[in-house]
Amino acid sequence: MTLPAADVIDSFSGAVEFIFEPRDAIGVRGQVGGLEQVWELMWTQIWISALALAVAVAIAVPVGLYFGHRGAGELLAVAIGNAGRAVPELALIALMVAFVGIGVLNVTIALVILGIPPILTNAFVGVRQVDRGAVEAARGMGMTELEVIRSVELPLAVPTIMSGVRTGAINIVATATIAPLAGVETLGDFIINNANYGDDGLLAGAILVALLALAFEVALAGLQRLLTPRGLALEREAARSTA
Amino acid sequence: MLPDPVLVLAQGGDGFVRDPSEGATSCVAENDTVCIGWAFDNFDRWVTPTLEHLLLVSVSVAAGFLIAFGLALLSHGRRWLVPTFVGVTGVLYTIPSIALFLILLPITGRGTVTAIIALTLYNLQIIYRNIVTGLANVPEASRDAGRGMGMTERQLLWRVELPLAVPEIIAGLRIATVSTVAIATLAIFAGAGGLGEVIYTQGLQNDVFKTAIVVGSGIAIAMAVAFDAFYLTGQRVISPWRTVRPV
Repeated sequence: MTLPAADVIDSFSGAVEFIFEPRDAIGVRGQVGGLEQVWELMWTQIWISALALAVAVAIAVPVGLYFGHRGAGELLAVAIGNAGRAVPELALIALMVAFVGIGVLNVTIALVILGIPPILTNAFVGVRQVDRGAVEAARGMGMTELEVIRSVELPLAVPTIMSGVRTGAINIVATATIAPLAGVETLGDFIINNANYGDDGLLAGAILVALLALAFEVALAGLQRLLTPRGLALEREAARSTA
Repeated sequence: MLPDPVLVLAQGGDGFVRDPSEGATSCVAENDTVCIGWAFDNFDRWVTPTLEHLLLVSVSVAAGFLIAFGLALLSHGRRWLVPTFVGVTGVLYTIPSIALFLILLPITGRGTVTAIIALTLYNLQIIYRNIVTGLANVPEASRDAGRGMGMTERQLLWRVELPLAVPEIIAGLRIATVSTVAIATLAIFAGAGGLGEVIYTQGLQNDVFKTAIVVGSGIAIAMAVAFDAFYLTGQRVISPWRTVRPV
C-alpha cells in the first residue's frame, strides 16, 4: 500500500502548486486554489478561531479563578475538563447542524464550547497550586480578595492557565477545520467539499491547516512568555538547571 | 434490469437510510430527533463502526504507549533529551488530526493503517509527559533506599521508580485514550471507518439524518466514559494509596 517515493514527492509538489497557482475547478466552471482563495479561507479560519478563543478565555478564566480562589467546585471543574475531552468535535458540529442550524454564529458557539473546558480546568488548578503562604502574605499586606486574585494568584497561575489556553486553541483550530460541514468556509473546505478541488487541494488543505495550528501554538507560546512574571520564569529556569 | 424506482428515490447520498424496504417508519421519513425503535431494529448498522472504532483506539493507544515508554526510558538519566522529546511530540500533538491523516495519505495510503499512525503520533505527547512526570515525582528517599539495598541503576528503574510512577502513567493513558476516542471519529476522512462513518456518512451526508448523528455521537461519548471508568478503577486497584492529576 505504500507508494513509491516519486509519487509521494509528486503529491506534495502538486499540493504546493495548488496553494500558489489557481487552476480550473473539477466538474464546475471557475478556478480554484491559488493564494487569493487560500488566504480568503485561511482568514476565515483565523478570525473565527481567534474570536472563539477570546470568548472562551473571557468566560473560562474568570470562572476558574473565582472557584480556584474560593477553593470550591473542584469536582465540577475537573468534570468539565473530562467531559470536554470526551465530546468528539465531529459529534458536536454534527449535532449543531442537526438541531441548531448552520452558520457563523452556531460554529462560533460550538468552538467556544470546545475551548472552555481545558482553560477552565487549568485556571482552577493553576490558582489552587499557588503557594498558600504567598496568598496569606498578600492578605497580611492588606490586599483585598480581588487584589489577591489579580496581583498574586493570577500572575503565579499564568503558566498553567496558558497551557490550558494552548490546548483550547488546538481544539478550536482543529474544529474550525471541519466548519465547512456547518456552512462556514474555512481551509477545511479543501478537505470537506473536496469534489471541486481534487487530491492536490485535499493535501494542500491539510498542510495549510497544520501550518496554521503551529502558528497559533507559536503565537500563544510567545504570549505566555510575555505574560509570565519575570521572577517565576527565573525560578523555573533555576529549577531546571539544578534538576 | 432496472432497479426499483421507489427504492432509488428513497436512498440517500451514500446508500441506504430512508429505504422503506428496511422497515423505515414515519419517524425516519420525517427525520425526527431520534428514532429509538428504528435504531434498535437496525442494531447491525452500529456494530461494525463501533468495533472499528475500538480497534483504532486500542491499537493506537497501545502503540503510543510503547513508543512513549521507549522514549521515556531513553531520556531517563539523559535529562537533556527531555525538552527535545517534549518539543517533537508537542508539534505532533498540535497538528490537527484531520490534517495529519491527510498528510499521511500520499505516504501510507487510505485506510486503517494511516489512521492508526496519525492517532499514535497524536498520543505520544500526553503519554510521554506523564511517564516523565511520574519518574520525576519518585521521592529521592525511595531511590536512596533502593541504592542502599545494593540495586543497580537498572534494578532501581524497574523495581522502584517505574512501580512508583504507575499512577501518573495510568493517568496519562486515561487522558490519551479518552481524547483518542473523540479524535478517532475523524478517521472517516482517512477512509478508516469507525464511528465517524455513523456520524458523517450515515448522518450528515445522508440529508442530516438525525438518528445516525445522535446514535454515533452517543456511542462515542459512552465509549469515552467507559474507558475513563476503566482506568479510574484500574488506578484505584493498582495504587489505592495515591491519586494523581495528569499533566
